[in-house]
Amino acid sequence: MIKLTGDNIFKAIIAIIAASAAIILLLNTYVLVTGSANIFATSGFEFISGKNWDPGISSFGVLPYILGTLLTSGIALLVGVPLSLGIAIFIVEMAPKTVRVPFSYLVEMLAAVPSVIYGLWGLFVLRFWVLNYIEKPLNTYLGWIPIFSGTPTGLDILTAGLILAIMIIPTVASVSREVISAVPNSIREGAYGIGATKWEVIRHWVINYGRSGIFGAIILGLGRAIGETMAVTMVIGNATGPKAMPTSLFQPGQTLPSLIANGFFDSDTPLQSSAYIGAGLVLLLISLLINVAAHVMVTRVLKVKGGAVE
Amino acid sequence: MDNIKMQSVNLNAWFGTKQALKDINISIKTNAVTAIIGPSGCGKSTFIRTLNRMHELAPTAKMSGQILLDDQNIYDSTVDPVMLRRRVGMVFQKPNPFPTMSIYDNVAAGLKLTGVRKDKNLDEVVKRSLQQATLWDEVKDDLKKPGTSISGGQQQRLCIARAIALEPEVILMDEPTSALDPIASAKIEQLVVELKKNYTVAIVTHNMQQASRVSDYTAFMYLGSLIEFGATKDIFESPKNQLTERYITGEFG
Repeated sequence: MIKLTGDNIFKAIIAIIAASAAIILLLNTYVLVTGSANIFATSGFEFISGKNWDPGISSFGVLPYILGTLLTSGIALLVGVPLSLGIAIFIVEMAPKTVRVPFSYLVEMLAAVPSVIYGLWGLFVLRFWVLNYIEKPLNTYLGWIPIFSGTPTGLDILTAGLILAIMIIPTVASVSREVISAVPNSIREGAYGIGATKWEVIRHWVINYGRSGIFGAIILGLGRAIGETMAVTMVIGNATGPKAMPTSLFQPGQTLPSLIANGFFDSDTPLQSSAYIGAGLVLLLISLLINVAAHVMVTRVLKVKGGAVE
Repeated sequence: MDNIKMQSVNLNAWFGTKQALKDINISIKTNAVTAIIGPSGCGKSTFIRTLNRMHELAPTAKMSGQILLDDQNIYDSTVDPVMLRRRVGMVFQKPNPFPTMSIYDNVAAGLKLTGVRKDKNLDEVVKRSLQQATLWDEVKDDLKKPGTSISGGQQQRLCIARAIALEPEVILMDEPTSALDPIASAKIEQLVVELKKNYTVAIVTHNMQQASRVSDYTAFMYLGSLIEFGATKDIFESPKNQLTERYITGEFG
């Protein structure tokens, strides 16, 4: 018989609060699964592999948007991760003390900028830079390569990917900064002691010691990029149907979040609503899958050894 | 002067505005062990860290004066600290093998930086270094295990092997046994005496018995100044300075 002591009541309350995290995820999944049952029953696997998005013929497929999501997130990582690592290394290894604190604060402030502001900036400023200084030259000289073909407009997959790259910087940079600060000084000293240069100390020792933590930082950034909605919706051009199948970086596309944000409230039929909810379920599964895969990679493939961070 | 390997000339060092070393003149003789003793905070670690330019890695560190290695000032603008540290190796207070590297790679790391690729020659150097550090027999079947998987005393000998692998001229040791148990310490002490056949050794210690056992010359430092320097026998048996005598008889410290 458990007594109703203050400690036990406290324990119970804390347990309920902790369980709510799991319960929210389960409820979320439940709503998405039941809400999308209609579209999966109607289209089956066609919903994943199909390219149409046409309420007129009741044909819905999310393949273009899955690819759009993965492609824009991939660009974000490709561009954002090196920048973030550079920032983190600068803050920990190079910046003088007087610069370090305000600069770290500044980087974290980037995370506080609402995504709609990034979207506006992307729409009115970044888009034209990308168009004039990246897309037009690439298209003119390397247009024969499929990914650089088409007519650049600036409202396309590349711009969306670059906006995302900027948006993941605060996350990846600040977590990497923590990871790099946690590398013991004795390791740096040992490396300097055998005649390593600063570059070698950072590359072979600091990054290597913190690699699992840095990998975690990248996955957090990827999570942010996959789920980001507003800013992407504003710059990606919002193509739907077969036109949204990415063939070139300079082509309007669509991600799963932007698809839902653009269309959900205009859906005319129950089947179409169900298709949007199905797109949400696919998005959730992609996120979960990446997180699980990342976890497996960190623990198995990287073989975290005693002493390594996280 | 004959057989002087390293020499500090009017050496002063600071951390910010705090002066850690005041006009230190110490000569370190070739193929001998020179011990630097003194109570905590006397500057002995700072001194040894000026000898391979590790001192300057601290953010607010400054220094003046000269350190001569074979009569060349190592603080000369033409001297690359990276190349210098290959000639003047270092072993630290707490064993710090690289945790992400195997025992083999710990020893080979310095050579790999110089561009030596993995081949028979590298295997040979790793083996020889571990043998000189009297660790080979204990780890020869576990070379692929992480450097941190062995005991503290073994880790410290691994760090010595890591320094030896670069064939330095001088080996600096900053209280190398302070984190070790007496048996592991004794092994390191034997090794230090052994090392002076091939290398010049400078060792910082707060353990006076250790200094008297392993060293040929001893410097006693107090509050950033060099109080007395001479043959170990003389320092311990007939110290000239009263402060030295009080320290070695255990009156303070």
